[in-house]
Amino acid sequence: MRFSRSVSGWMMAGLLALSLACGGGDDAGEVADAPEMEEAVVTVDPAKAATITGKVKLDGDPPRMPAINMSAEPDCRGLHEAAPPAEVVVASDGMLQNVFVWVKSGLDGKFAVSDTPAMLDQKGCIYSPHVLAVQTGQLLKISNSDPTTHNVHPLPKTNREWNRSQPAEGADIEYKFPREEIMIAVKCNIHPWMRSYISVVNHPFFAVSGADGSFEIKGLPAGSYTVEAVHERFGSQEMSVTLGDAESKDIEFSYSAS
Amino acid sequence: MSSATAQADREHPATRGLHLFAVFTAGATFLLIVAGALVTSRDAGLSVPDWPLSYGRLMPEMIGGVFYEHGHRMIAAFVGFLTIILAVWTWRADQRRWVRHLGWAALAAVIVQGLLGGLTVLFLLPTAVSVSHACLAQLFFSITVVLALVTSRSWREQDRRLAAPWPPSRPSLPVLCVTTNFVTFGQLLLGAALRHKGLGIIFHLIGAAAVAAMVFWVLARAAREHSGDAGIFPWALALNGLVMLQLLLGAGAYWIREVTRHAVQPLWPMVVITVGHVALGALILALGVVLTFQVHHRFGRQTSSSFEREGVPVTT
Repeated sequence: MRFSRSVSGWMMAGLLALSLACGGGDDAGEVADAPEMEEAVVTVDPAKAATITGKVKLDGDPPRMPAINMSAEPDCRGLHEAAPPAEVVVASDGMLQNVFVWVKSGLDGKFAVSDTPAMLDQKGCIYSPHVLAVQTGQLLKISNSDPTTHNVHPLPKTNREWNRSQPAEGADIEYKFPREEIMIAVKCNIHPWMRSYISVVNHPFFAVSGADGSFEIKGLPAGSYTVEAVHERFGSQEMSVTLGDAESKDIEFSYSAS
Repeated sequence: MSSATAQADREHPATRGLHLFAVFTAGATFLLIVAGALVTSRDAGLSVPDWPLSYGRLMPEMIGGVFYEHGHRMIAAFVGFLTIILAVWTWRADQRRWVRHLGWAALAAVIVQGLLGGLTVLFLLPTAVSVSHACLAQLFFSITVVLALVTSRSWREQDRRLAAPWPPSRPSLPVLCVTTNFVTFGQLLLGAALRHKGLGIIFHLIGAAAVAAMVFWVLARAAREHSGDAGIFPWALALNGLVMLQLLLGAGAYWIREVTRHAVQPLWPMVVITVGHVALGALILALGVVLTFQVHHRFGRQTSSSFEREGVPVTT
């Protein structure tokens, strides 16, 4: 019967679409577990540990960040005296904040995972901090300090994507990313202006530039490294750095605002 | 009411009520497409993480993106309910077998569409499922529009004058119309794939050129052979007008997406233009399908070869 064939065809198409969309998911890293560390953990003698310090500059006039329009959401708007600006580009005195800086290559071996959880809060319907970094397997706690519901939706490419709701002042969401991945966008689909970036790194040698554009990566073993700076809007830059025992080097990344 | 119409109504139990209900269902479906497009443009597709309930409830707090996503679900449930009634009513009131089957096809489509909508939420918007959901919506809308058309009094009155001569041009106008519908649907697939980040803009641009060429070909043929036919030429003209408007909206959608690329949240001008582009795409497909049905209805099952058999010269 032609009608039955039509229905069957649609069902087959749906199943095919589903299998195409959902096939190949082999991410072993469920919410709780990180990969087992079978290699010996590298320890760095504190007396020999080297340090990279530096600043991130922004040349030219920074783009003007518009105010976030929260007028449709009284629960969010009421948490601010004035509409807060978007956090995409935060620059002052020619320095750039929220730049993720990490040792991209040059390290050998496994490093101990920090016991201290990384914290991401939703406060005033804005993620705090805007840019965050954790180690693979390090506990990430996501809290909601707002009087309204949020959904937390990371958009990774190599880790597993997930989406969870978090009611007003609800219990923390706990998660461990199992794979290294830089600048995973995290968004709330309820409040579309909310966006944060989480970088997941296999070692503890990373930092995020502060309000004065400065950063510090310490505890490094001597060696030659490639250091990368990544900004959500201005992209990435790399720099080679060679460090001796207990040496400290100052480097500078410079982005153009144009 | 004329005696011919009264006779038509007696012979065809498809009542005026069924026609009005089909029109209402088609209108509600169009609203559903707008609501669905709003969900995508507002980036609210995953603001409700669960399905079929929303936050475990039938009625969650309608904040932010939840308003769009759950609003879409509510309209979808309403349209599903309407479609059940439409299918049953058509089955009971219309004697034409193919129309009754079309009613059931609409019901099957809306059920599959609901499942695709749920799956796209549960599996976090996989491109293939989201594109299938977007395109089946357009097909379903066209089915409801066809049901509204074929249950109308004017359609049933036309049953009595199917003896119009068949212009023997090749390809025939029905073939042109059907081809145009396939090309249009292909373009909707490409557009949905672009919108859901499965394909680049170039494929959608090629599709736009193909649709524009096809509808112009249809118009040229209609103007040459059916300029006096109120059931064909005005529809072909309207189809071309909508496609021209769609090209402008498409250019506008691309432009405003680029301009607002760094916007921290979806801005209303972008939302209005992109939603308008999706909605107009649905109207274009539906209008093309209506024109196809009108053409087939005018000339029945006659083919160019039948004219050849009758000694009528065939032109190309």
